[in-house]
Amino acid sequence: MNQPNESGARGWPLWEVFIRARRGLAHQHVGSLHAPDAALALRNARDVYTRRGEGVSIWVVPSAEIVASSPEEKDPFFDPALDKVYRHPTFYDVPEGAKHL
Amino acid sequence: MSGLRTLPPLAAYALALGDDALILAQRLGEWVAHAPQIEEDVALANIALDLLGQARTLLTYAGEIEHAGRDEDDLAYLRDDRDFRNVQLVEIPNGDFAVTMARQLVFSAYQYELYTALLSSADATLAGLAGKAVKEVAYHRDHAVQWVLRLGDGTELSHQRMQAGLDQIWPYTEELFDPAGTISELPGVADPATLRSPWERYVTSVLGEATLQLPEPRWRSRGGRDGLHTEHLGHLLAEMQHLHRSHPGATW
Repeated sequence: MNQPNESGARGWPLWEVFIRARRGLAHQHVGSLHAPDAALALRNARDVYTRRGEGVSIWVVPSAEIVASSPEEKDPFFDPALDKVYRHPTFYDVPEGAKHL
Repeated sequence: MSGLRTLPPLAAYALALGDDALILAQRLGEWVAHAPQIEEDVALANIALDLLGQARTLLTYAGEIEHAGRDEDDLAYLRDDRDFRNVQLVEIPNGDFAVTMARQLVFSAYQYELYTALLSSADATLAGLAGKAVKEVAYHRDHAVQWVLRLGDGTELSHQRMQAGLDQIWPYTEELFDPAGTISELPGVADPATLRSPWERYVTSVLGEATLQLPEPRWRSRGGRDGLHTEHLGHLLAEMQHLHRSHPGATW
């Protein structure tokens, strides 16, 4: 059974919860919770995050398994994209009568 | 004032099932803010609210059949303990988490068989309730199983306490399957005696997987369906009913 290292209150590890609201949508991160293992993390997620009919599918991921970009890396990661306007498709004339754009 | 002896049999049946759900909902509510983890607070509160919903339907239905103008609130808040028809299993104190999980396993496995049987009831209200409730109860049962397996097949201490929890509640299980008074005259209800063998098969397999022993108690509880209760029910009702009795009709 999955036993992530990072421990929360009373020794239960932390899990990130992703919920898909409907068919056709992507799973969205909704929050986190503590659980002793994967099966109970899924059940806890059901109880904590889908009480009002929010979802049709749940993913739980050990928080320790998530690799995240750090705030210090913000500039090298994201700044270079800001001045490259040509990456946005704004230089094309839309032909008269083209639909579904 | 009792008045229960004059209840039509179907009303008494609905009241018995409704009281089981109502009293256990109240007991489970006591865990909120006291469970081992906040996630478990929410889980137990969810289960309690499912049971409360079942109780509302059943008490309302009992009141309608009785035809004496009593609604769900009158039945929940204005009866004394001798007029409650729940089994004693649901009124005994929560004990520790293992005791509560032992009771949840036993009771939700019973309710699962009950509502499965009522799915094909000739009574449209009972069948309708069962359709919704059987899904809720399947989750309650799964929740209890998850914990019984982990505690039973966990550490030496957790095993010991899970077994102690089972031993503590087991004398109260037999009452669930006692023949209910005039039940044979009722169309479309579930005879409790027929629920026992599928219930026992299920519970026994869970206990086996959890490396726990099926308790063999030397006594058994009786009388809840006739209004004979443990001393604990009166205290529970005092807490549950005092607001409504102090401020009749209060809403917020």
